[in-house]
Amino acid sequence: MKEQSTALNPALHPEGSVKQSYSYWKQACGHFKHNKSVLFALCFLFVLLLGAILIPCFSERTYYDMHLYLKNSPPGRMFWLGSDELGRDIFTRIWWGARISLFVGISAAVIDMIIGVFYGGLGGMIGGRVEELMMRVSDVLYSLPHLLIVILLMVSMKPGIAAIIASLTITGWVNMARIVRGQILQIKQSDFVMAAHLLGASKWRILTRHLLANSIGSIITTMTFTIPTAIFSEAFLSFLGLGVQAPMASWGTMASDGLPALRYYPWRLFFPACFITLTILAFNLVGNGLRDAFDPRLRK
Amino acid sequence: MSRLIFRKVLALLFSLFFVSSLTFLLMQAVPGTPFLEEQGVPEEVLQSMYHHYGLDQPWYVQYGKYIKGLITFDLGPSMRYEGITVAKVIKEGFPISCFIGIEALCIALLMGISLGTLAAIRKGKWQDHVCMLIAVVGISTPSFVMATVLQFFLAMKWEIFPVARWGSFAHSLLPALSLAALPAAFIARLIRANMVEELEQDYVQTARSKGVTERDVIFKHVLKNSMLPVITYLGPLTSSILTGSFVIEKIFGIPGLGRWLVKSITNRDYTLIMGLTVFYSSVLLITVFSIDLLYVWIDPRIRTNPRREQ
Repeated sequence: MKEQSTALNPALHPEGSVKQSYSYWKQACGHFKHNKSVLFALCFLFVLLLGAILIPCFSERTYYDMHLYLKNSPPGRMFWLGSDELGRDIFTRIWWGARISLFVGISAAVIDMIIGVFYGGLGGMIGGRVEELMMRVSDVLYSLPHLLIVILLMVSMKPGIAAIIASLTITGWVNMARIVRGQILQIKQSDFVMAAHLLGASKWRILTRHLLANSIGSIITTMTFTIPTAIFSEAFLSFLGLGVQAPMASWGTMASDGLPALRYYPWRLFFPACFITLTILAFNLVGNGLRDAFDPRLRK
Repeated sequence: MSRLIFRKVLALLFSLFFVSSLTFLLMQAVPGTPFLEEQGVPEEVLQSMYHHYGLDQPWYVQYGKYIKGLITFDLGPSMRYEGITVAKVIKEGFPISCFIGIEALCIALLMGISLGTLAAIRKGKWQDHVCMLIAVVGISTPSFVMATVLQFFLAMKWEIFPVARWGSFAHSLLPALSLAALPAAFIARLIRANMVEELEQDYVQTARSKGVTERDVIFKHVLKNSMLPVITYLGPLTSSILTGSFVIEKIFGIPGLGRWLVKSITNRDYTLIMGLTVFYSSVLLITVFSIDLLYVWIDPRIRTNPRREQ
């Protein structure tokens, strides 16, 4: 076993593969760091995350405090981003909404990743008829209209954050499974996998140490793109009235509540809408940066 | 070739069956009954209502009736609106939604292709950067944000377009534009990426050295070849326009299918939700199926070698 890992560990090779293997991550990191828009997006996301964690803890206001004599006030000293139809502070509510959006996005991405990697990896490991069947199943699921099924699931479940995450992951994991499977199929053809196989490495070892380890770039990139999709879907569902329940508010519900008052109190809609867009934009930029960094073919 | 089509038809039928059964199953799983909110209704009335909607029968009888109804396009009555059937809602709402959808599709293709082409032929220059900035912002803007921003500025502040409602062609422009923005951005990026790749192909050099003008090289050769992947994107594009229409029709007060779906969700009008979802899914699946066929027809590499599509 020891000999085998020496033989397969490129870092121990004297030349050639050392440089390439070593520099893959370094190159990726370097490429990632030099991308200004990505760094900017990362900073934004960091501030957002920090704000979502801290501001609701330390703010004197809460998302349900009403100031009925100060309904619909424009942004000013009292309410930094204005107040809504019940005199609730939009600034505070936005940060509570940020918690929901980020939580939904990140948990959906993580759960999708776990199920998708498991399913795709299992298929790749078993191979043959079973894999064929598994992939047919995922093909059918992939062809279904996701958002419609999410809507149906939301209608049939008790509304809340858990329902949103559940329905998003029930439909969402297929994408990750397909990507993992595609990667595995591709890497399986490589000589080093053949070499590992000939040297007697177990299927499990090949799967975890070679196939999945080499797919990590794609997995991370896909996860990064899952987050904005989930955030968008949550906002979309909330906008349709299928999201979190009042007085809790996500960005989507705030935007939806602000819609009838668009002409006279536009800030009630614009600030949450702005946050939704910026957050999705930031995650997309980071995802693009990651994809470019991990896939050298795309660096043009 | 015919085997390929046969397989695709089978897959389509299976997906249709799967999605309608799933819809039925999910609606059965809804806790409580559709009439739970109606307070003070005597027990006999409730019983007769159950009987009227066939809800007192075992699930397999209901399921059989449901599938039979789907085949004959008899999707049952609405549970909230007297005298309105699901089929009627579809008949009245679908043409409107379809009109806006096709308009959005055209705008998306037009905008996407022009932006993408501009970016590709000016690769690395400021035009490229501006186009790609527009594209990434477009991809990140949910349609309801785009719609409200357009409505606020173009209709309410500057009064160029009507604010809402349905009637003339001008009424359809803003909704179509807001639906088209996201797919347009996506197409722009797709076209740019493909074109940049195509521009490096040998045939481009051949054409140029033959003395073909740059305009002809771009429009007759490169753009044509870069369009192929866009056809594959037409499926997700339709899906995006379709689901986008739910919120867009709510925002602009358009009496299309999307608005009915939103209404039926808020009213918990289960037969309507069920019927509309199945209808939407079928439209989508059939569109994707036709696009698949179109792709097979257009790209000879798939036609002659079916394995390539995998």
